[in-house]
Amino acid sequence: MQELVAVVIDGIIYSAWLFIAAVGLTLIYGVMKIINVTHGSFYALGAYAAASITGALLAHGMPPMLSYAVLLGSALLVAIVVGPLIERGILRFMYVKDEVVILLITYALFLILEDVIKLIWGVDPYYISEPYGLLGSFDVADLTYPTYNLILVGVAIVCGAGLAWTLTKTRTGKLLVAVIHDTEVSRAMGINVDRFYVVTFTFGSLLAAIGGAFTAPTVSVVPGLGVEVIVLSFAVVVIGGLGSLPGAALGAVIVGLVRSATIHYLPQAELFVIYFVMAMVLAFRPRGLFSIAEARKI
Amino acid sequence: MTSDRTPRILGAILVVLLAAGPFVPQWAIFLITIALAKGLVVLGLLILLRCGLVSFGQALYYCIGAYTAGMLGRLFEVDGVLTLMLAGMVVAAVTAYVLGFLLARYRGIFFGLLSLAVSMILYGLLVKSETLGSSDGFNVLPSTLFGIRPADEWVRYAVLVVASVVAFVAALLVHRYLKTPLGSLAPAIKDNEIRVEYMGASARYAIHVNYVIAAALAGLGGGLAATTVGHIDPEMAYWTTSGEFIFITILAGTGSVIAPFLGALIFGIIQTVAFDISPNTWQMVLGGALLAVIVFLPTGLWSLFRRRRAT
Repeated sequence: MQELVAVVIDGIIYSAWLFIAAVGLTLIYGVMKIINVTHGSFYALGAYAAASITGALLAHGMPPMLSYAVLLGSALLVAIVVGPLIERGILRFMYVKDEVVILLITYALFLILEDVIKLIWGVDPYYISEPYGLLGSFDVADLTYPTYNLILVGVAIVCGAGLAWTLTKTRTGKLLVAVIHDTEVSRAMGINVDRFYVVTFTFGSLLAAIGGAFTAPTVSVVPGLGVEVIVLSFAVVVIGGLGSLPGAALGAVIVGLVRSATIHYLPQAELFVIYFVMAMVLAFRPRGLFSIAEARKI
Repeated sequence: MTSDRTPRILGAILVVLLAAGPFVPQWAIFLITIALAKGLVVLGLLILLRCGLVSFGQALYYCIGAYTAGMLGRLFEVDGVLTLMLAGMVVAAVTAYVLGFLLARYRGIFFGLLSLAVSMILYGLLVKSETLGSSDGFNVLPSTLFGIRPADEWVRYAVLVVASVVAFVAALLVHRYLKTPLGSLAPAIKDNEIRVEYMGASARYAIHVNYVIAAALAGLGGGLAATTVGHIDPEMAYWTTSGEFIFITILAGTGSVIAPFLGALIFGIIQTVAFDISPNTWQMVLGGALLAVIVFLPTGLWSLFRRRRAT
């Protein structure tokens, strides 16, 4: 019984992390039809920015409780500086190209950004464990969990709910749905499609950076951090269906629970199961579990 | 119409490689052999790319080839270079034949993602299998040539000889295959699959065959890489390895069967030189090169040769 509780709680925490890391990918694909490999770079950039800025501020006597705001601020900084740079500077000239070619372009950008990170932050690891230990821990059925994990779950819920609300309830969201369905007609109707693209790309990247920033306190931030996140978020997004917001949530929950169950019961299969589920979903429902016979929406 | 010069150029390259081999330093032989191994994988990707398919999981077959070679040495003490390469090729081809029934139905981004998923499955299995050394992998036996173990300073050259001959034969066969009716369906499938079906040809069958050929070549390359490097690890199946192969494919272009080997060699040189000069920015150089090729030479470096010949 206790093990089952542990599986579920671990699964939820992992799902929350996966959702934050992956939802930006599905947003960008849904709107721009780009499978964005630089997503992993933004994750790593977010982690590095958060680790170095928070570390520096803490060393200068910032009250530790403020560090959560700084984590968020670092992610915002990364996304606002680098996001528009990549979209306006490079990607916008590439939209005429094939989906697969754009993927390769983002792969090239990912290679470049990997080294940009090394040039800025060097190759030594960064640690900021203060925000992780600060909140103490809580007990569930005799198991102790760091309270920090609740922040992850909270961030995931806020991101998901916020996105869903923006897309369905606001004017911007409705305009965005129009852009998704038909770029040309939207343009003709006077929607500034270019602006939507910049904002979507920046916002999607922001989500990746947030994922990195809030993971930074739990790991040592080292080069190559974003490499694994890329395939993992591909798996999550593909399972739910590319470009589907509820799909990303479902994918994250499935991968999260499956992974935590295998870690507890069959640790050798930990990595195998994630990609096995991904392959199975692609084999039987290539457009993801959330594909329904209607026009794509996010 | 000009006569087909490709076989002659291939033959000339082979002769140059074999003749120059004893005079170039060991590290250069290593660089060339690895380029031949990667070139073989990329030759397979070239066939797929001609069909308009980009596999983000070709590392699967590369890794299968390498592990087959490694396991044969480990379990049965087989150490002939050629045997190991061919064994890797056969295992990879059989795997691809089975998986092909599924993958041949996919196009575009979904083909890429599914092949990625399958290669990551193998990675996940290998990383967690302690008998195979988990993420560290294991060392491969020093190889022999037809039962003879050459003197230490000649081992690399001996492997190079085998690799060059195998690559020569493979390139020649692929070159001829691309001119057969089945082989020449590839660009037609890329352009318009429905028309291919109207003509009475089966696109799915053609893709399946091409997929198996590509996997066989990747297995061959993997077996060669295993014996050349002398060490294998699960990283060979990771998505970054597949990314590297696609990188070379795009760099080289699909214009000729020589292009993959040239691309792999240029890739190896860029990697070595850039890494030597500045270890922290070599990926940036590679990324920049890829971006430049996609933007300015959409059909790859090979198109440079084309243009010169046309004028």
